[in-house]
Amino acid sequence: MSDMTFNRRSWLARAGAAVGVMTLAACQRGQTISESLRVSAEALTRRSQRLLIPREALAPEYKATEISAFFKPNGSIDPAASEYVTLRDAGFADYRLLVDGLVERPLSLSLTDLRERPGRTQITKHDCVEGWTAIGQWTGVRLETLLDEAGLKPEARYIVFHCFDALTQTEDGPRYYESIDLIDARHPQTILAYDMNGETLGVPHGAPLRLRVERQLGYKQAKYIRRIEVVDSFEAMPGPRGGYWPDRGYEWYAGI
Amino acid sequence: MTDRVIDQATTGSPPGPSGSAGRGDRILPGGRVDTYRHPPLVRVSHWLNVTAVIILIMSGLNILLAHPHLDWGRVTNFGNHWVDIPPIPNWLLIPQGRNLAEARHWHFFFAWVFVINGLIYLAYGFISRRFNGRLWPTRADLAGFWPSVKEHARFHFPKDEEARNYNVIQKLTYVFMILVVLPMMLITGLSMSPGFNAVGGFLLDIMGGRQSARTLHFISGALIVGFIVVHVGLVIWTGFYNNMRAMITGWFVLEPSSHEAEAAPAPADRKGEPS
Repeated sequence: MSDMTFNRRSWLARAGAAVGVMTLAACQRGQTISESLRVSAEALTRRSQRLLIPREALAPEYKATEISAFFKPNGSIDPAASEYVTLRDAGFADYRLLVDGLVERPLSLSLTDLRERPGRTQITKHDCVEGWTAIGQWTGVRLETLLDEAGLKPEARYIVFHCFDALTQTEDGPRYYESIDLIDARHPQTILAYDMNGETLGVPHGAPLRLRVERQLGYKQAKYIRRIEVVDSFEAMPGPRGGYWPDRGYEWYAGI
Repeated sequence: MTDRVIDQATTGSPPGPSGSAGRGDRILPGGRVDTYRHPPLVRVSHWLNVTAVIILIMSGLNILLAHPHLDWGRVTNFGNHWVDIPPIPNWLLIPQGRNLAEARHWHFFFAWVFVINGLIYLAYGFISRRFNGRLWPTRADLAGFWPSVKEHARFHFPKDEEARNYNVIQKLTYVFMILVVLPMMLITGLSMSPGFNAVGGFLLDIMGGRQSARTLHFISGALIVGFIVVHVGLVIWTGFYNNMRAMITGWFVLEPSSHEAEAAPAPADRKGEPS
């Protein structure tokens, strides 16, 4: 056997060993393989998108003629919580959005208060994680406006959206929540929408107030927002992974 | 065996790019020739790509089951889809059983393997000029396109000196897969990402919208499946052991030429041509 052959074999052996080590490394967290794959792939995707996509880069916006005739209401479409039902039956006149947590001045705002602030209207596409797409027009107040008004404390890192709805459609089911980082929170298209397609936001789509964070998938667009809480870490959130669906195995960063 | 390694130049065989790795032919008993065909980087990237593509297809089918319909245009036409996907057998899915969350983890992890591996392979292919030598068809290749089609149709595949370089159909197929279909897979996939859309929105416009991108992603995947079926079929048909050995060790055996006996003139002028 020539040296050349030997070198080649040992090179292949080393390559094989490297693949083995990589596989073991993928499992080292003692979780299931797919969970380890999520951790690495989500980190790579989030970091590379944050690196390559400018902070202010806008999601595509569409023409009024391109609005979907049918926008599929998904997830919760009619929350059962009694506090919500009471507000809904009164036309949300008594609704107050709370903005609290790591802020200098907690806010409590009625829908009239929100509508008095500068609004933004955008026609964007809604990309469901399942694969379907719909285009809708959203009008709302920029989240950044409210955050600046409340004044973020220096340790603020994430914005948590607490919702009225439970996907079980029951009074006591686990409530929906979502969270985003400050980059998405300050993005020009990140709004709290109170109008859809030129009309008051309907109950199936998240009345009275829903989030639009246009560079992420549908499950990040929290509906039926009750309270906005500013926190410094995932530990301060209702669940371990920063969202109702992330707690159930989906990526927290839903940019893909 | 080292003493039997002869430089190509002394044997008069064409100095093909396969010799660019600095390895000459090895003469084997019975007039057979062992030629060095695939350098280590090509072999490793080939098998990494096999792993990644198979997992991407199987996890992709699982993701497709979350919304088993295809549409053209910007948005989904509920109630009037272009195509409704029939049920997919469980053994074709990763993970086993419908599971969108886990299928996405497999899909995106191996998408990264596919992309990084592909970029290294492409960089190597262009920088080493290997694509130029081995894959890019020459004018003479293209002139021989129809004769080559006829040879394929008759399932005639040379195993002798003629097999040293890829034939024109092989070259065109590999170039099409490497430079068109596999990049299409990546571009259509990325265009479904709402994050990427913020910088790559023009790609969405070119394709006609996100649902078109999704459908084109599926069609590119189907083309890859078609390629795999033909490719594996031909690997088996044209000498499974020899082909597998080539993609594992790099060395490929050329059988003794039989053309002199058959007095076939056609390959003679192709033989002397530097590829």
